[in-house]
Amino acid sequence: MSNALYGPVPNVAEQAGYQDPPPRMGFFTDTSVCIGCKACEVACKEWNLVPDDGGPLTGMSYDNTGALGANTWRHVAFIEQQVPARQAVDLGMPGIGAPGAQTAAEPGQDADIRWLMASDVCKHCTHAACLDVCPTGALFRTEFGTVVVQEDICNGCGYCVVACPYGVIDQRKDDGRVFKCTLCYDRIGDGLEPACAKACPTDSIQYGELDVLRARADARLAELRADGEAGARLYGNDPDDGVGGTGAFFLLLDEPEVYGLPPDPVVTTRNLPQIWQRTAMAAGALVVLGVASFLGRRS
Amino acid sequence: MKETRLVPDADFDSYYGRPILKGPVWKQPDVSLYFFLGGLAGASAVLAEGAALTGRPELQRVSRVLAAAGITAGIGALIHDLGRPARFLHMLRVLKPTSPMSVGSWVMAPFSGLATAALVSDVTGVLPRLGRTAGIGAAVLGPALSTYTAALIADTAIPTWHEGYRELPFVFAGGATAAAGGLAMVATPASERGPARRLGVMGGVVELAATERMRRRLGPLDEPYRQGRPGVLLRAARALTAGGVAAAVLSPRLPVLARPAGAALATGSLLTRFGLLLAGRPAAEDPRHVVVPQRARLTEPVGTLSG
Ligand code: SF4
Ligand code: SF4
Repeated sequence: MSNALYGPVPNVAEQAGYQDPPPRMGFFTDTSVCIGCKACEVACKEWNLVPDDGGPLTGMSYDNTGALGANTWRHVAFIEQQVPARQAVDLGMPGIGAPGAQTAAEPGQDADIRWLMASDVCKHCTHAACLDVCPTGALFRTEFGTVVVQEDICNGCGYCVVACPYGVIDQRKDDGRVFKCTLCYDRIGDGLEPACAKACPTDSIQYGELDVLRARADARLAELRADGEAGARLYGNDPDDGVGGTGAFFLLLDEPEVYGLPPDPVVTTRNLPQIWQRTAMAAGALVVLGVASFLGRRS
Repeated sequence: MKETRLVPDADFDSYYGRPILKGPVWKQPDVSLYFFLGGLAGASAVLAEGAALTGRPELQRVSRVLAAAGITAGIGALIHDLGRPARFLHMLRVLKPTSPMSVGSWVMAPFSGLATAALVSDVTGVLPRLGRTAGIGAAVLGPALSTYTAALIADTAIPTWHEGYRELPFVFAGGATAAAGGLAMVATPASERGPARRLGVMGGVVELAATERMRRRLGPLDEPYRQGRPGVLLRAARALTAGGVAAAVLSPRLPVLARPAGAALATGSLLTRFGLLLAGRPAAEDPRHVVVPQRARLTEPVGTLSG
């Protein structure tokens, strides 16, 4: 199988063994229109019966869940940034004095606050490290190309937790098993959209066929760039990236690390052939040591 | 040791300094113990077969006990570590070459049966032929059992573990033989101690050299191995292993040194496992270790840091 561990995969479900799978489904999260309402977090918890874990505010702006985890499958990040002041648009309202006199910024007002908000989620990677390393087969690839844990199989070995390059999947301590976003496997099979996308009032979270979403994202990026939003970029949309592109990708307005995302994640199993090779060499060395220890004096 | 910053903080952005990766949820001391005991058992099975081939019954008995008891206790620790211990057997539901834990389970399961059978036959004298065959089987699987755990932690997103993948298997192979040789030195009478001593010395040297080489290569990613409890453990481990090697080399002339030397080699190997594994959490939770090398790779497209 080509690119089994790394590189672009045209049809990830087919590679996983499905015959004539439906199109790959995913999320496009356009953070430029996110208003930080957390409807996605709430809808996800309601539909998927995810236990409460948020608390009072964390002190990180309006964030009260902190990070993705076993009990947070959508996490809304809030970033407050100082940016150079923008010239206010003259709405032509009546004022005192000559027209235009009131529009200049007051002295000392040369900085604005910019508020970035972004709803993070499991990336449903093309090369999903969590799935690769899972020893029980609990994590599997669905016919939609998404990555889901079978909770009746997972034995809580915790390997997937340290394998995910985005720090998404985690163990529920009281339960012992691991949990993460399923891309609402139970809804999309019935033709419904995932709960978060359904609840999002601004269409910041869009669900659909990945190819369609990618084209839409390209257009949206071009639009924002034309409007002068120089920091706008897509994240996870590139099949040539370190995880073969993600099923859930994003439009960001700043560097990924500002949002708590790794700037250039690479699936750990890319190096698996070398890892096994070195391990085999070391096992061979152990045999050599064993043989050598019997050469020489008896006592 | 003096702290060196990877880069000035100004060059590094993060989301409120929060971790990007999740640290291991593995229980301690269970998992570190399992890594040690599995390694010990695998190398002991090799030693036992050598002893059987060369007619050293005492050494054979001791190493068969180490192999069987080591893997039994190790599996106990491993099951206890699981979030759902009752589902331990799900480990054998599938065989996945992409999962070192899966491959390891398929090595461990037959190994434990073979090592136990070999010991029972050796002790009771029942079915000696079959017992030896079982022992040979355990010796064939042993080297894989001793080293797969290195592949397991290398095959993770934690940069300090992953980037050590070239040397980690040798650290573990060396540590496993140091432990097996060391404990066999402690328990074997002087007349048959030779192979155990040589195995312990060579294992200790390999462990020290591979660890050193790995940590040099890691550069700034070595920080979690220097700081805090892992740092203390790894420094103690190095001193014990080095001391154990020296004492073991002197022990043919100074036999009183043999047992302490063996104990030091085994303890050094144990503490190395603890140090390496306990460093996983601080390594995962420092966003610098994720962002800085990845950023560098993006800005200098030639010569990746990971690879
Ligand atoms: S983001 Fe992490 S948990 Fe989600 S599919 Fe990728 S590796 Fe798995
Ligand atoms: S914790 Fe569960 S889902 Fe994760 S690797 Fe282990 S068995 Fe698989």
